[in-house]
Amino acid sequence: MLAFLVQRISQALLVMFVISVIAFAIQDGLGDPLQEMVGMSVSEEEREAIREELGLNDPFLVQYFRFAGNAIQGDLGNSYFYSKPALEVIAEHLPATLELVIGASLMIILLSVPIGVYAAIRPQAWLSKFFMGVSTVGISIPVFLTAIVLIQLFSIGVTVNWFPSDTGWGQWMNEFLTTEGGLPSYGRGDELVHLFGTWHSGLFTREGLAHLLLPCISLASIMLPLFIRLIRAEMMEVLQSDYIRFARAKGLSAGRINFLHALKNTMLPVITVGGVQIGIMVAYTILTETVFQWPGLGLMFLEAITRSDIPLIVAYLMVVGLIFVITNTLVDLIYGLVNPTVKLAGKKA
Amino acid sequence: MKKLLAAFVGSMALAAAPVAMSAEATKELKIAYDSDPVTLDIHEQLSGGILQLSHMAFDPLVRWTKDLGFEPRLAESWERVDENTMRFTLRKGVKFHSGNELTSADVKFTYDRLKESQDFKAIFQPFSGIKIIDDYTFELMTAEPFPLLLNTATYIFPLDSQFYSGETEDGKDKNAILKHGNSFASENLSGTGPFTVADRRQGVRVEFERFDDYWDTESPGNVGKIVLTPIKENATRVSALLSGGVDFIAPVPPNDLDRIKRDRNSELVTMSGTRIILFHMNQERVEAFKNPKVRQAVAYAINQEGIAAKIMKGFATPAAQMSPAGYQGHNENLKPRFDVAKAKQLMKEAGYEDGFTITMMSPNNRYVNDDKIAQAAAAMLARINIKVDLKTLPKAQYWPEYDNRSADMMLIGWHADTEDSANFFEFLTFCTESDSGAGQYNAGNYCNPEIDALVKKANVETDLDKRAAMLQEVERRLYDDAAFVPLHWQDLAWASKKGVNIAPVLNVMNFPYLGDLVVE
Repeated sequence: MLAFLVQRISQALLVMFVISVIAFAIQDGLGDPLQEMVGMSVSEEEREAIREELGLNDPFLVQYFRFAGNAIQGDLGNSYFYSKPALEVIAEHLPATLELVIGASLMIILLSVPIGVYAAIRPQAWLSKFFMGVSTVGISIPVFLTAIVLIQLFSIGVTVNWFPSDTGWGQWMNEFLTTEGGLPSYGRGDELVHLFGTWHSGLFTREGLAHLLLPCISLASIMLPLFIRLIRAEMMEVLQSDYIRFARAKGLSAGRINFLHALKNTMLPVITVGGVQIGIMVAYTILTETVFQWPGLGLMFLEAITRSDIPLIVAYLMVVGLIFVITNTLVDLIYGLVNPTVKLAGKKA
Repeated sequence: MKKLLAAFVGSMALAAAPVAMSAEATKELKIAYDSDPVTLDIHEQLSGGILQLSHMAFDPLVRWTKDLGFEPRLAESWERVDENTMRFTLRKGVKFHSGNELTSADVKFTYDRLKESQDFKAIFQPFSGIKIIDDYTFELMTAEPFPLLLNTATYIFPLDSQFYSGETEDGKDKNAILKHGNSFASENLSGTGPFTVADRRQGVRVEFERFDDYWDTESPGNVGKIVLTPIKENATRVSALLSGGVDFIAPVPPNDLDRIKRDRNSELVTMSGTRIILFHMNQERVEAFKNPKVRQAVAYAINQEGIAAKIMKGFATPAAQMSPAGYQGHNENLKPRFDVAKAKQLMKEAGYEDGFTITMMSPNNRYVNDDKIAQAAAAMLARINIKVDLKTLPKAQYWPEYDNRSADMMLIGWHADTEDSANFFEFLTFCTESDSGAGQYNAGNYCNPEIDALVKKANVETDLDKRAAMLQEVERRLYDDAAFVPLHWQDLAWASKKGVNIAPVLNVMNFPYLGDLVVE
């Protein structure tokens, strides 16, 4: 266990180093941060003075070592746009993203497990076929499109009059398809509860939860079908295996077989994939947050790029790198708990 | 008798109305702009967002009216003392948010600060000094006669000199203007404006509250609280309005104009804008562009009307010059020229019938549909055998390329900070001089000292009719010479919920006077 952690921490440090070098190497391609900081009519001379002040004129290595020296002391530099330490900016934006990811993950877990298991146990049922059909559609629609459709349906509302409204069924169909709208379409709302530090949460008010709903569904929409299909496929495979047949022959109840013996083994590969997907989810939050103006890390990062806010970009990449390493470590640990025969640090048993 | 009574009642109503209205300034207004002010220090950056903030939390000496005239704000009146001096009289009894009273000393403090500001000092360069006569009278002096004195005075938003003087607890100068890193002024504010900043989280939201002691009690404005949310994504901003999440959005993207027009609960206001979009043709990189006939051929080949109608969806005013209507230099006789046959003829006369190949660059996220405009222009040039190698870049990467003038044709949009034609010429067509900053964005390397001299003459001409004639002459000569390819002025659009009557407070500079907004 200890060896495993030591190995992971040294890995993390290596990842951080590589990321910082890459982020620093590409900064020339990110453009000139001055453009966002000064008006158009500011003379070249003035610009040069600011560049000098910011240390942008120093050679690459000088800039990198200055950065690395400060980074070791926990200082990743000041964001140009926010005029404060980049880490502080990230800490302020992190809660919004975490709440979004937690909300979406909950939706995924609560829906994918029962649906996946059901579809595996009763593959021929019409409900299973319906879920599989919907999930094929879900997996092939890009997340921003889902988001825009959700906004149109549930924030703005649509009035449908495709069917003849003079007939009873037509009127019913029209009313059935017409949506009211009214759900918030952007941001986190006004009523945030202060938890601690920089964490203002929307999880404890009606308004906050209403704001969370559509972004969470959008973010979940891309992963949910994937997990349903994964759980279904794994479960079906497990149900074919010898020990399940043996359990059936022994006369154990179907519930016990399906939910205790089969599900446990189904979840192993699902957890591995889940760990990787959490990382990917960070990437999808960028799209979701942009469409919903969700003031989290993804939106912050995207805007930092358009502003060439180099210190913030570097800091973001390093923090995300760290999150990846941590989630992967946690996944490996959970894996070990679910199935104790798995060796963590790859040493002799 | 009846008449007298009516007049009496009428005057009573008039007298009572403003008091009653300002007393019930309780409406809440939610607005979504594409960006929020980057700082609370209005001298740190010269940008649209900062000017919008300036008009909410501060007040200028004079401000623009809808038809580009001036109306008094903190300056009650002004008169010319001599060619180089203007005397202003301040309004009495104006209070800052801190409770201090506005005097000439505050104006001098602000003037000195503007002269220090990296972004503003260029605008204030013609001023040579300020002289305090008494608490409510001061004189602005220029080195030479300066026709744009009032234009420039619209940028003087007096700051509270007591509030911004001294040191903070940790020993920093409260008056410092810092481009990066925190300063006192970037987080604290005391102006004379209709709103104070109650809460601000950069990039997320800004909350404004009506200032109880606002001097302008005649203003009918009844908005008590404003919540500004920056929403960069066009579709999201529009959805926020359509779903009732916000009451007022700007700008409205051209693709959604119809959608908002059709919406029963929304109102759309559009206006022809003052930002010109144009192409420069670099004469130093391309030998052919030295020939005026080739430049004219390019101007004839590009269909401004077509671009405005098809790509901008009618949301632009085709241009044949830089000065929009209403500017002194606007020359009504200049019309967009589009004639492919004529363009081919000119190419033939210039000896380039077989054409040539050029490079072109355009930003793809700076101006409305900028990359599509460039693509269309490239296709149009192909018809006169000019082959275009087009590259579009995000603005952060584009501007360094622009500064290096690294393509043969480059697109730029320009809005004159002074709302005056001369500003266009000084930055975009003057012979480039790196010392003075003249022609800083003249990526065409066009140079005609005669025209420059005429503009400089106009800049010390205080007879505005004479001056207008000079500037119109400049536009005509640039047109004849095809110094650049004008495309269009970007239109402006705002949208609001029904009942939020934004039209009266909007203007072509795009800083709505929200203090005067009357919400039903």
